[in-house]
Amino acid sequence: MCGIVGLYLKNPALESQLGKLFEPMLEAMTDRGPDSAGFAIYGDEVADGWIKLTLQSTTESSDWKALMGELEGRLATSLNWFQNASAAVLKAKAEEAVVRAALAELAPGVRIMSAGQSIEILKGMGLPKEISERFGLANMKGSHIIGHTRMATESAVTMEGSHPFSTGADLCLVHNGSLSNHFRLRQELRREGINFETENDTEVAAGYLAWRLQQGDSLKTALDSSLEALDGFFTFAIGTRNGFAVIRDPIACKPAILAETDDYVAMASEYQALSSLPGIEKAKVWEPVPATMYIWERESA
Amino acid sequence: MKTIDLSVATVRDLNQALHDQVNNVQDREWVVTHANGAHNLAVGVNEAVSIDIQGHAGYYCAGMNQKASITVHGNVGVGCAENMMSGYVRVKGSASQAAGATAHGGLLVIEGDAGARCGISMKGIDIVVGGSIGHMSCFMGQAGRLVVCGDAGDALGDSLYETKIFVKGSVESLGSDCIEKEMRPEHIEELQELLNRAGFNEKATDFKRYGSARQLYNFKVDNASAY
Amino acid sequence: MSDVSNSKAVPPVLRESATFDRLSIQEIQRAAETGIYDIRGGGTKRKLPHFDDLLLLGASVSRYPLEGYREKCGTDVILGNRFAKKPLHLKIPVTVAGMSFGALSANAKEALGRGATIAGTSTTTGDGGMTPEERGQSQHLVYQYLPSRYGMNPDDLRKADAIEIVLGQGAKPGGGGMLLGMKVTERVAGMRTLPIGVDQRSACRHPDWTGPDDLAIKIAEIREITDWEKPIYVKIGASRPYYDVKLAVKAGADVIVLDGMQGGTAATQEVFIEHVGIPILPAIPQAVQALQEMGMHRKVQLIVSGGIRNGADVAKAMALGADAVAIGTAALIALGDNHPRLDEELKKIGSAAGFYDDWQNGRDPAGITTQDPELSKRLDPVEGGRRLANYLRVLVLEAQTMARACGKSHLHNLDPEDLVALTVESAAMARVPLAGTNWVPGQQY
Repeated sequence: MCGIVGLYLKNPALESQLGKLFEPMLEAMTDRGPDSAGFAIYGDEVADGWIKLTLQSTTESSDWKALMGELEGRLATSLNWFQNASAAVLKAKAEEAVVRAALAELAPGVRIMSAGQSIEILKGMGLPKEISERFGLANMKGSHIIGHTRMATESAVTMEGSHPFSTGADLCLVHNGSLSNHFRLRQELRREGINFETENDTEVAAGYLAWRLQQGDSLKTALDSSLEALDGFFTFAIGTRNGFAVIRDPIACKPAILAETDDYVAMASEYQALSSLPGIEKAKVWEPVPATMYIWERESA
Repeated sequence: MKTIDLSVATVRDLNQALHDQVNNVQDREWVVTHANGAHNLAVGVNEAVSIDIQGHAGYYCAGMNQKASITVHGNVGVGCAENMMSGYVRVKGSASQAAGATAHGGLLVIEGDAGARCGISMKGIDIVVGGSIGHMSCFMGQAGRLVVCGDAGDALGDSLYETKIFVKGSVESLGSDCIEKEMRPEHIEELQELLNRAGFNEKATDFKRYGSARQLYNFKVDNASAY
Repeated sequence: MSDVSNSKAVPPVLRESATFDRLSIQEIQRAAETGIYDIRGGGTKRKLPHFDDLLLLGASVSRYPLEGYREKCGTDVILGNRFAKKPLHLKIPVTVAGMSFGALSANAKEALGRGATIAGTSTTTGDGGMTPEERGQSQHLVYQYLPSRYGMNPDDLRKADAIEIVLGQGAKPGGGGMLLGMKVTERVAGMRTLPIGVDQRSACRHPDWTGPDDLAIKIAEIREITDWEKPIYVKIGASRPYYDVKLAVKAGADVIVLDGMQGGTAATQEVFIEHVGIPILPAIPQAVQALQEMGMHRKVQLIVSGGIRNGADVAKAMALGADAVAIGTAALIALGDNHPRLDEELKKIGSAAGFYDDWQNGRDPAGITTQDPELSKRLDPVEGGRRLANYLRVLVLEAQTMARACGKSHLHNLDPEDLVALTVESAAMARVPLAGTNWVPGQQY
């Protein structure tokens, strides 16, 4: 149960202001989700053959510098990395699986929030304002971003239980609603080799999409089949490397609103999260219809 | 004319000021600026005042309205004019889901589209939508009239009681126990009066009428799959 | 010579199947005949772990009891002081639960109001709006806000002393209401804006919000409409009370009403009544834990219901952490439901005194669960009110007796440490030790 927001820039001139435009959107959803918040921002792409990971430590203080040194030795390649509050963003010219294996060995307490060429997922417990300040959202640049504020329903309030959830390379998911068949589905997906870290229903939706995509589905096919596989109530926003998608369950109780101008496409649970955007008075504003996928993507980079 | 600017005043200030008019009307005309999607604007008003809301409104705008005439110069969120008893609400833009839900009376006019569940459990209100409406509209509608100048979504009028539905465009599907009915002269007359009152330049004869087949009013074995 | 067949034979014993017992067989036969589920009133009839499985530890040497009359044992309770400007201050912590005019006769509703008022407590409307009789005779009236919104209007909202947003009830968490055609008379239909005589089905979800994030906005709306004066209760049917209570508190409730599966209903599918939800015993500790973790125990008050019958139940519920209890079925019995003098008449309609649960069909000879004008007249609201007030008085006297024996000068000072359990099941569910041990099953390994 939560608030979700997304902003996709059509006008590249605005990319330097992405974080600044998005911060009030996320904070406007505080009442819908006071427990934790997070966002996935896309930008600062690494070249082909490189991988970018967002890491969060599960322990209080983490010696990122030492870890990166060890990792550099293990991978025998030079790394770029920077720390952002409790998170670190790592860029390496290496295979994702190789980096993951090395990290699992060197730092089992470190969680990989996201992986890809563009995505960074930053999230944590606290009010949206605390999260955006913690990670310096206002100064971030990028092409698009989706975010989430959480009012935990059944699973624990933790960093791991916060959204967005990674669903594969440069993919992530945020959710408003409550799934009713996640328990059995989680068991089935575990047998398929999908890893779960929480009892959260949304993580199962993310795992389901990750699994379908691994099986070769396109995003559209995977989302279409999620309408069958997932029971309960949901509005999802899905971040992709080139854009974002929105889909609601067939009953469509949970709110969603979209707005489009020449400069951007924005989505939110409530209009008030859009009210701070420039030119919103003249935007085309509408509600996505149930069981229908809406997707905005730029030409593949 | 009294202006309340929500960039400085709170929603509480607005509603309290409007409620205070019941015993002692100081202003008949109110303007609310910088609505910015705030929830619960002008709820529980109980006096014949006129209120203009500039910008978009959030959930439950004009909820439980009695007597007041409220115009929103923008879109409205979930449950606009929910449980309205009397008076008049006009939305210049579009409405989210559950517009006019459970409302007992008055007139709700939406110039744009209305989302899902428009007029759900309506109990006597008249709703006129200039555009189209979403799925499950008029679910369990009990009384009143729902008029749609555009199209209607899935499962229109499911489990309908006695609400009359008029749709000009297409209907994606009818819900359980909702059927098309004959447009008799008295229906054309009442619909034309309503369209005129709502300020739409439409001809009643272009509309089709839908209503309850009244087959689910009492439990019957043959209907088990519809419950 | 012996002939086995002619010997003194052991009389044959017919063995009833534990699986296909008479009730199960009868239900299969009924279903095969009618093709539709069975609908009835009341709560679950199965044996469940309940307050009877708990005992209170009276004082002795280590603790000292209070004297009966001179040494006071307070009973009052304040409900709704988290946000509401005008919280309720009740003299006793036993309230009357929501029951609709429609399910009950107007006289029954009036009697409930009269009885509650004499006893210094509140009564509650139901799925069908507020009647003038009920409002007029009730000092403290809680107005229910239900998915159907039958008869819901802002005038009555302003007349109410508190507002109870109903998400569910113990007899049928997740299910909607029902009122069969026999009870949808002209007046009932008029109040609900329904055609006379329909089998009314109410929605199971609220029409204009779903989930706690939207509930928060709904609660804010009702507060705005009533100028933040009225306490706002949220009523939930016990199924996942730990989560539901937390979410209701997050959404801004002043008071949580938690109804266990023993709680009654006017009309619901039998299978729903018997198989959905959990008893009140395990529900209370989960709710209290949720409130405690949020620092809200006693700040957001907890009213529990579902199978409260006597003062011991009241004392035990409060010892587990409830601020008050609510009675429904017991209140109807106090008015005269299932009275032995009705036995013959009940037998004519296929039941008997002590068994009658066909509250859905409106033929109640007690004049309570009916809309028949002749039957309704049998219940004198003044006399009914007096009987209910008597019963409420006894509940409180009994609870006070036990609280004094535990050394408490106020009912709300009863606590779980005053309780032990008789069975392993009830010990686990109530989270109190099995009598004579310090073992709380499920809490330690």
